[in-house]
Amino acid sequence: MLLIRCPWCGPREEVEFRYGGQAHIAFPADPEALSDAAWGEWLFHRDNPKGAFRERWVHSAGCRRWFNARRDTVTHEIAATYVGTEPGA
Amino acid sequence: MVGAGGHGLATAYYLAKNHGIRDVAVVERGWLGGGNMARNTTIIRSNYLWDASAAIYEHSLKLWETLAEELDYDLLFSQRGVMSLAHSLHDVREGQRRASANRLNGIDALWLDPEACREVCPILNIDPEVRYPVLGATFQPRGGIARHEHVAWGYARAADALGVDLIEGCEVQGIDVTDGRVTGLRTSRGPIRAGKVALVAAGHSSLLAEMAGFTLPITSHPLQALVSELLQPVHPTVVMSNAVHVYVSQAHKGELVMGAGIDSYNSYAQRGSFHVIEHQMAAALELFPIFARAHVLRTWGGIVDTAPDASPIIGVTPVENLFINCGWGTGGFKATPGSGWVMAETVATGRPHELARPFALERFVTGDLVDEHGAAGVAH
Repeated sequence: MLLIRCPWCGPREEVEFRYGGQAHIAFPADPEALSDAAWGEWLFHRDNPKGAFRERWVHSAGCRRWFNARRDTVTHEIAATYVGTEPGA
Repeated sequence: MVGAGGHGLATAYYLAKNHGIRDVAVVERGWLGGGNMARNTTIIRSNYLWDASAAIYEHSLKLWETLAEELDYDLLFSQRGVMSLAHSLHDVREGQRRASANRLNGIDALWLDPEACREVCPILNIDPEVRYPVLGATFQPRGGIARHEHVAWGYARAADALGVDLIEGCEVQGIDVTDGRVTGLRTSRGPIRAGKVALVAAGHSSLLAEMAGFTLPITSHPLQALVSELLQPVHPTVVMSNAVHVYVSQAHKGELVMGAGIDSYNSYAQRGSFHVIEHQMAAALELFPIFARAHVLRTWGGIVDTAPDASPIIGVTPVENLFINCGWGTGGFKATPGSGWVMAETVATGRPHELARPFALERFVTGDLVDEHGAAGVAH
């Protein structure tokens, strides 16, 4: 089980959290201007790297707040959890 | 052919047998059938909701029914039936609708009430007082299980006999594309020139697509399973529960084979979190109190490639002469023969096989999805 550091509550077990997939995906500024392909890209395509991945988690059984994490998808090591943009990134 | 799992080997076999194309190399990073083919829970069924899915999975099931004879290899294919339990009013409605849809597509499907479930599987707990009581089930009598590694070896031997080259320990490190057309592979054992390339690599499909310069709507997740010690025959069928996340059968040797739900996070680690196993065991014990004293022998994980609509992606790619077959997610084993069959024609002719057409990558542009989350067995 992962030990995840919630930015507000500190380290807690994975069962308290829900996963939110890739982080830092902005809603298109002008959706109506997008082609079908660009819209499909935004809606369905997600990065799926082998290695470092920025992703979202929500502390659903705790403070119920969303935050971001940088985690390795091979070792599962969580290098950082943060709110908004990763400091120094 | 990139990937010597079940789907890759089946594709190579049907390319040689159905289309007379024998100048085929199957390259594999590890060893034959060593990925998800070695890690799945071997469940075979075709009771999917939509016409497109029913057609391809039923084509596959029909191939299963004569496959051992065709490959001259005992696959221990056992049509002991597959039961999918309903634990809520929504499950009941979805299951009844799906059983009706299956019958309209000529697929054997029944709706069972709890008593009928127990007649098929006497060790199933249908006590209404449990946390997630059994309210009924869909049942496909022609569904069942097979011996997974025999399937890989059977296809491999038959493909080899037809002249296909199987190259193990050969990792693809680059895909050569010239003027939008694939020309070959760079591998850990040197370059291979190829007129056509097919990517059939399950969990690692996104990485291969990236080498060729395009992206896929795929995320890779751990999917875990476990087996018990060997036991006397107690479990006559296959029981799946989408809601409480366990599916159980008893292999021919006697071990109980149980699959879990997928781990939520992206991963290429072939292992998941322990609480998923704990959750799966809790569900199994509630459904089968008789399992309480069985011991877990081994747990493991594989990497499944999940698409947003829980359906596979089969067909052409943005790169000419480069084909892809991926996204089978949690349920690819059952489709092995059918997937290989349609993929072989797709590669041979350059046009998607009729049964593969609805599963084109293009559906994530047109929006014409094939939503099989209800039938997919494992929520993802």
